[in-house]
Amino acid sequence: MAITFEHVGYTYQAGTPMATPALSDISFTVPDHGYLAIIGHTGSGKSTLIQQINALLKPTTGKITVDDFTITPQTTNADLKPLRRHVGMVFQFPESQLFEETIQRDIAFGPQNFGVSEEEANQRALDMLKTVGLDESFADRSPFELSGGQMRRVAIAGVLAMQPKVLILDEPTAGLDPQGRQEMMTLFNRLHQEQGLTIILVTHQMEDVAAYADEVAVMQAGKLLTCATPQEVFSDPTWVQNSDIDVPRAAKFAQRLGKRGVKWDQLPLTADQLADQLVQHWPGMGGQHE
Amino acid sequence: MSNFIFGRYLPLNSIVHRLDPRSKLLLSFCYLIVVFLANSWLSYAILIGFTLAAILSSKISLGFFLKGLRPMLWLIAFTVVVQLLFSPAGGHVYFHWTILNITQAGLVNSGVIFIRFLLIIMMSTLLTLSTQPLDIATGLSSLMKPLRWVRIPVDTLAMMLAIALRFVPTLMDEATKIMNAQRARGVDFGEGGLIKQAKSFIPLMVPLFMSAFNRAEDLSTAMEARGYRDSEHRSQYRILTWQRRDTMTWIVFLMVVATMLATRRW
Repeated sequence: MAITFEHVGYTYQAGTPMATPALSDISFTVPDHGYLAIIGHTGSGKSTLIQQINALLKPTTGKITVDDFTITPQTTNADLKPLRRHVGMVFQFPESQLFEETIQRDIAFGPQNFGVSEEEANQRALDMLKTVGLDESFADRSPFELSGGQMRRVAIAGVLAMQPKVLILDEPTAGLDPQGRQEMMTLFNRLHQEQGLTIILVTHQMEDVAAYADEVAVMQAGKLLTCATPQEVFSDPTWVQNSDIDVPRAAKFAQRLGKRGVKWDQLPLTADQLADQLVQHWPGMGGQHE
Repeated sequence: MSNFIFGRYLPLNSIVHRLDPRSKLLLSFCYLIVVFLANSWLSYAILIGFTLAAILSSKISLGFFLKGLRPMLWLIAFTVVVQLLFSPAGGHVYFHWTILNITQAGLVNSGVIFIRFLLIIMMSTLLTLSTQPLDIATGLSSLMKPLRWVRIPVDTLAMMLAIALRFVPTLMDEATKIMNAQRARGVDFGEGGLIKQAKSFIPLMVPLFMSAFNRAEDLSTAMEARGYRDSEHRSQYRILTWQRRDTMTWIVFLMVVATMLATRRW
């Protein structure tokens, strides 16, 4: 599903003395099967932005199009259910949404709300458990006796069980250990590759941006600074410094090597790209590994 | 929820905001009694004038108050209508049907109820809009101090009150977050029949209670780790001082009350 923002603005508590503008004049497009990363400092409007996509917050001005759904300031709540069925949302610390007595019933909760039969929802729950790397023995346990990382997986399974076409992830790996992080990001990428999910990822991990995203949107103080490929965004050192964003560790390393005279055809963003280009520069080095 | 202003604080810098919370609390309480003492139209006019003057000097716009009254409208309307239809016979009867009467006395009574409601809500809204919750808690505990003599643990109660108030916005945020997450999973809050609505709150209440209990546990651990004991006499970070403006406010208030009592029918 393609997503288009046209001059979207959003103000919290509009029309009261407490009104605070959070987004202004945001326009961009995510193509069908796209993978967009959104970066920016805390309070730059990332979370507000993604909540517009399934109309948890409706824009104060402008228009959002998700496939054939259009969200405008006039959209009423009654029209939103079909949209929310297709847009899965994994919030920050999604484990706080667990409430059912068993894990299976919690995962099946979402699909059932959207009219899937109990039987099928339960089957999906078992499938999704496997997808997120837990086995079927978890199905009848209480979600509250799990570890934090396992709860996170169950919560994500609960969103995936709705079989959304767009998956919105708000810092899905925050607070996980490095291995869990890696596994989660690989899972999302697999869903993107194999099932063609459109993914929107809010993150502070520039390595993930470089490794997975087709495009990256940079937010600052409620405005969209740019929306371009990670290569374009990270390759311009002056722009990166002026807009106060971080770059992937590999790129940082490469830039420092650049200052010492190494010429890059294209600034490497991931460790793999860095290694490949280094091998090209010093062909002798590659040989030692084999 | 967002247009429900009763119980919210609006940070501005006015004389009403700067008043000692104790004097505001006491004044609001006395005002409550005074409103019920008024009985002539002139005495009500004086109280309305005083209320408007208080609102004006708080720099909060009157329109904001009126908008905030909207959620209370049904309660007020209901009380007024009951008063209108069921009040005892007296004066001219305008309408009569089985047990329902609209009489002159009923009209006057419902008018009085309406004005009392309005005045009390306006004044207590002004109190909460112009006073930070923590200041209200400090003020209350300071006013409760004499209760120590009858062995009521005032400090502990004040601490509980302060913590409760402190966590209202946190839990509100948490509730919004959980509601959003469940909405994204297809829950319609506030739609459908009564039973369906009640059921839709389970996915909100269970996680909210879980997080409240977790928070309480974390907080108590953190407090104990920093040596909190509830039996010891604690000093205050916020120290309340009675200012000249508090005295002035009370003088004005007492003068208004005196004038009101003078115009009252005895």
